[in-house]
Amino acid sequence: MTHNLLFAGVGGQGVVLASEVLARVAASEGFDVKQGEVHGAAQRGGAVVSHIRFGERVYSPLNLRGRVDLLVAFEQLEAVRWAHYLKPGGVLIINDHRIEPTYLNAAIKYPANPAEFLASKSFRVVELNATRSARELGNERVSSLVMLGAASKFIPLKDESWQQVLGERIPAKLLDINRRAFAAGRNAIA
Amino acid sequence: MTKQLMSGDQAIARGAWEAGVVFASSYPGTPATEILESLSHYQDVKAQWAVNEKVAFDEAMGAAIAGVRAFAPMKHVGLNVAADSFMVFPYGGTNAGFVVLSADDPGTHSSQNEQDNRYFAKFGKVPLLEPSDTQEAKDFVKLAFDISEQFESPVMIRVTLRLAHTKGMVEVGERKTYPKKPFVKDNLKWVVPPFAKAHRGPLENKLHALEQFSEMFPENKIEKGTGKVEYGVITSGVIYQYAREVLPDPDFLKLGMTYPLPKKMILDFCARYPQVYIIEESEPFLEEQIRFWGVQNVIGKQVFTNMGELLPELIDQQMSGHIAPNDFSKEIGIPVRPPMLCIGCPHRGTFTALNRIKGITVNGDIGCYTLGGLPPYNTMNTSFEMGGSIAHAFGFESAGEPRAVAIIGDSTFLHSGIPPLLDAVYNNGKTTVVIMDNATTGMTGQENHPGTGKDMHGKATKRVNYEELCRALGVGFIKHASAFNPGEVEAAVREAIQWDGPSVVISEGPCVLIPESKAAPKIAFTVVAEECIACGLCFHTGCPAILESSETYRASEHQKARPKAIIDPEVCVGCTLCATVCPPECIVRVDGKPWGA
Repeated sequence: MTHNLLFAGVGGQGVVLASEVLARVAASEGFDVKQGEVHGAAQRGGAVVSHIRFGERVYSPLNLRGRVDLLVAFEQLEAVRWAHYLKPGGVLIINDHRIEPTYLNAAIKYPANPAEFLASKSFRVVELNATRSARELGNERVSSLVMLGAASKFIPLKDESWQQVLGERIPAKLLDINRRAFAAGRNAIA
Repeated sequence: MTKQLMSGDQAIARGAWEAGVVFASSYPGTPATEILESLSHYQDVKAQWAVNEKVAFDEAMGAAIAGVRAFAPMKHVGLNVAADSFMVFPYGGTNAGFVVLSADDPGTHSSQNEQDNRYFAKFGKVPLLEPSDTQEAKDFVKLAFDISEQFESPVMIRVTLRLAHTKGMVEVGERKTYPKKPFVKDNLKWVVPPFAKAHRGPLENKLHALEQFSEMFPENKIEKGTGKVEYGVITSGVIYQYAREVLPDPDFLKLGMTYPLPKKMILDFCARYPQVYIIEESEPFLEEQIRFWGVQNVIGKQVFTNMGELLPELIDQQMSGHIAPNDFSKEIGIPVRPPMLCIGCPHRGTFTALNRIKGITVNGDIGCYTLGGLPPYNTMNTSFEMGGSIAHAFGFESAGEPRAVAIIGDSTFLHSGIPPLLDAVYNNGKTTVVIMDNATTGMTGQENHPGTGKDMHGKATKRVNYEELCRALGVGFIKHASAFNPGEVEAAVREAIQWDGPSVVISEGPCVLIPESKAAPKIAFTVVAEECIACGLCFHTGCPAILESSETYRASEHQKARPKAIIDPEVCVGCTLCATVCPPECIVRVDGKPWGA
């Protein structure tokens, strides 16, 4: 069985870091893993999406639309942008956080209530405010680890594997706050 | 044996290292950039950024002819630049192993065009390998070097962005080293032009031998499916992974070597099934060759698009009839988030300056500043390919456009901007060239180049002096201006376009992403709300840190109230650009001190 995940957000939110940590955790448990995203252009402020698939044998590095088990949206608009990748009944974790696209492309307005819209679809929508949690921990940048912690509750990988990879991947002086962010995310899921 | 999680680019670099590569050269270009970056961290490999892909190719070619394994990875359009060398190298052939890698970008995620560079292999009579995942990416590089030495031919590897940027599990090995092969002077072999005719026959013979090799090559292989369907599939590259994902049933002929093709193997495979689907992204490279042999029972581009990426759901849709869901944009607004210039980007100031000068046309080039062709700037009127701007401007001028200005980044200028500037001097042009010097190769990840004074490893090296360079080319007017001061840039360009001859303005401001900029103190600016007259000029700089305030201002009762500006102090880096364009001078440093204090 292959697990199909999609992490989406805005450039600079830590989407790539979070998805790479997940890929490493899955790899550490012996799964075949594929994870990828497009990077390279001036992507700051642009939409970022990362595909992560793991299982016994993974072929396509890209998820198929309508087949994703878990979408982790670091930003509300990005949840709307990628939700059609979810399978019916798929889980959608939304960070209750808005990043307005620049006023330059205001022809289409930012939707008023993305989470409400998505909840009306056949998805299981889980909202949390990772950005606020991260700010409370003292560094908004660790919001990606809050999201990852929340996501981990829906991903069949062992707690010790997550802790192991965090220890390897995060620089020592930032490890403690990242671990706390991860725990805050986990605890936010009932 | 240990397995590691690696991107395709990292795996390619690992493969080159394990294959005993001694020399590697490239020019940055997505999605190939990380190959050389990754390779530069290995010991025993001399890896370097060249000024352009042709130079990179020729350096590696020289190293291989002289007797060491050499590697030249590049993005697809890079091979256009190196095409002259690529096309002739097979005539003489190589001594030690030589591999050129093309990283194509179907879907143009970070490129100006889509081109299926597999055609280059056929065009140049160069054997071609196409890995389909990260493990193969590493392994095929090693195979490519062996084939290169066996046939004394350059070998090409073609990957696409989805392989280059995908991380997967890779079983790594150790490095094998090879002693330098002696270079034996043999002018019949290495001095090609006088003996070109003599090389033609042997080159065809070599291709014939390579076709025989392809028939036996273990990476051209038939993979059994469940046998529940009556058709077969021929595919290669990452598309194999997509197709296998959605098609567990058919037998596959998976081609690892796609030029020369294993003709007999393919004919046999096609004869076994009533129908064979040729599933390939981009152009019908395999299909055209197979149809050329008279095979009738194949289905390819009449059902699979040649435009953009051939995503797995498109294959699924065609083969299984599953319709993948579309996004929700019909029900809810989904505004786009295009890539944009960073906060503190120096290019904004140059665009602001050029937009104040009426009656000019602006020929642009390739880099972050290509975004200057989009709102809110709309500064740039043409942009096609690397190094085109200056000669395009000369062409505009020759066609009667009165004021042609070329804008080109520092790295692009060094890549391919020097010959056209020399040409403008030689042919008595009047072209004005603005070199947007941000002291790095910005878009691809801030790589060093001859203008930064550092090599790819960060070591100090000779730094090119643009002014001396342009003067040596014969340019009579050269001015420096600060990109963060549009007034200064504007004045310099106004003067330059009056000059009777080619002129150069060097608009200087470091990229915010280079280490020197990151280390510099950042003091945000703020708008003194009481003094703001809502003129909107700071909005026109396009800086995302400048937001509309809820407070408004109107000059008189007859005018519409317009929003004043505020600056997000969290993201402002204090580049001063907005302050320089503010008529009432009400944009100030948050600490109240003068600029630069």
